[in-house]
Amino acid sequence: MSAMITLKDLTVSYRRHPAVHHLSGIFERGSLTALTGPNGAGKSTLLKSILNLVPIEHGVVTLAVPRSRIAYLPQQSEIDRSFPISVLDCVLLGHWQRIGLHSGVPTASKQQALAALQAVGLDGFAPRPLGSLSVGQFQRVLFARILLQDAELILLDEPFNAIDSHTTEALVKIIQGWHAEGRTTIAVLHDFEQVREYFPHTLLLARRLIAWGSTEETLSPENLRLAREVTAAWDEHAPVCITAADQ
Amino acid sequence: MPLSVSPQQINRKPIMYSLYDVLISPFVDNPFMRRALVGTLVLALSSPPLGVLLTLRRMSLLGDALSHAVLPGVAIGYLLFGLSLPAMSVGGLCAGLAVVAVAGWVSRHTTLREDASLAATYLVALALGVMLISSQGTQLDLLHILFGSVLAVDHDGLILIAAVATLTLLLLAGFYRGLLLESFDPVFLAASGRRGGFCQQLFLLMIVLNLVAAFQTLGTLMAVGLMMLPAVCARLWCDSLVAQFCASVAIAMLASLSGLLLSYNFDLSSGPAIIVVLGLLYFFSLLMAPRGWLRPLLKRPHLRA
Repeated sequence: MSAMITLKDLTVSYRRHPAVHHLSGIFERGSLTALTGPNGAGKSTLLKSILNLVPIEHGVVTLAVPRSRIAYLPQQSEIDRSFPISVLDCVLLGHWQRIGLHSGVPTASKQQALAALQAVGLDGFAPRPLGSLSVGQFQRVLFARILLQDAELILLDEPFNAIDSHTTEALVKIIQGWHAEGRTTIAVLHDFEQVREYFPHTLLLARRLIAWGSTEETLSPENLRLAREVTAAWDEHAPVCITAADQ
Repeated sequence: MPLSVSPQQINRKPIMYSLYDVLISPFVDNPFMRRALVGTLVLALSSPPLGVLLTLRRMSLLGDALSHAVLPGVAIGYLLFGLSLPAMSVGGLCAGLAVVAVAGWVSRHTTLREDASLAATYLVALALGVMLISSQGTQLDLLHILFGSVLAVDHDGLILIAAVATLTLLLLAGFYRGLLLESFDPVFLAASGRRGGFCQQLFLLMIVLNLVAAFQTLGTLMAVGLMMLPAVCARLWCDSLVAQFCASVAIAMLASLSGLLLSYNFDLSSGPAIIVVLGLLYFFSLLMAPRGWLRPLLKRPHLRA
């Protein structure tokens, strides 16, 4: 097993307060990892720092694949669903790096997009405007887009938030398909039941690393208690971190 | 000589009107009306699609802000070279781009969002412009620059508008996918490793260019009005982006033609007449369009599935 992502002493902070604090470890190639922890634990921040979407204060993130081979599903609130494009066009955006900015969309891409829509259970939705979809249907569209991206590393930020159990099941099947194909997948999740059921590996984060390994060992009552103890509020009078002071 | 003849002098009212007199002869008999028509129609090709993209980015007021932002540049061009179209255009372009650059830099490197930083920057630019003009010129000059006159479009002004419209349409066609991607899902673009700045800069450049071209010849009101009002109407009528582009252009052209005819036949100020027609179309759209107010009230039986 080779490393897909290597984190070395990663620290990301907002206004000097660490959101991810001295995190080190390795996401193996082909692994399927749930990223979990209480609110404000730095889960989304970790994903964003892997993608270099937030400034890294300290430490190094090493990726085994180029950025173009990464697919990222942000939290729902970040996309404007009233945008006037069709479901098919939205899915086709998954191919834009291959097609480029200027050339026409090849028929093969269109067929792949239709196939992806079928795979996520949205057969016949291609010509519909995006705004006509429900939250769950839209999430399926975004999964179809990731299918088209054919990425080696897939990062999902709360993919099942506000999604019903039926849709969740369908989407989990797709994630398991990615795992079977050897793609590396990391998903931010809150529901420990889902994590235990579907994800072999878990990273439990509470700004600092609580545990990282097989799901069963990571989600032990002791670890969960430890994670809960890290309060969501910043300590305004926290002393300067020793390793940070050294530099 | 467009400036020496006012519409009132030419528009001697006959007792009987024919359709020809009302609709065709204004353009056949008067070169200044022909130039005004060509100018507004060409501008109606390029400005409204930019307006549609602006509404999609929830930046509808950006055009308004930028139209004020170009003022100091126009003022400097005017003060240095007098009423020279190239000087004032280059000045306006530089000022507009400077404001966009400063506002963009501020929003990227501070917590201020783009609208906040733009508001702050354009207000300062507007104040500088007004200060420059009032220190030298008269209030009349200021009014001329701010409100322009469609009927005073000259040959150079037409060339400028045509050049800008051509460039805008070519750029829109060439970078359509990039513009769409950046408006729709900038996070997706950033996550795949592309710094999404390029199309954004290009987009803002196109807006400034269109405003500057229209500004000189038609005035601020026309420049922004022809950009935003058709776009807002089109959003009420159509679902797909391409349809919105086409609808906005059609609405802008319709309003340009009927606004000019209205102003000629009833001795009204032409720029505002065009905008008022656009306003009427907006009101009509609000009432009648599929996404408007009246349609949901017309109860049609719902389908089974």
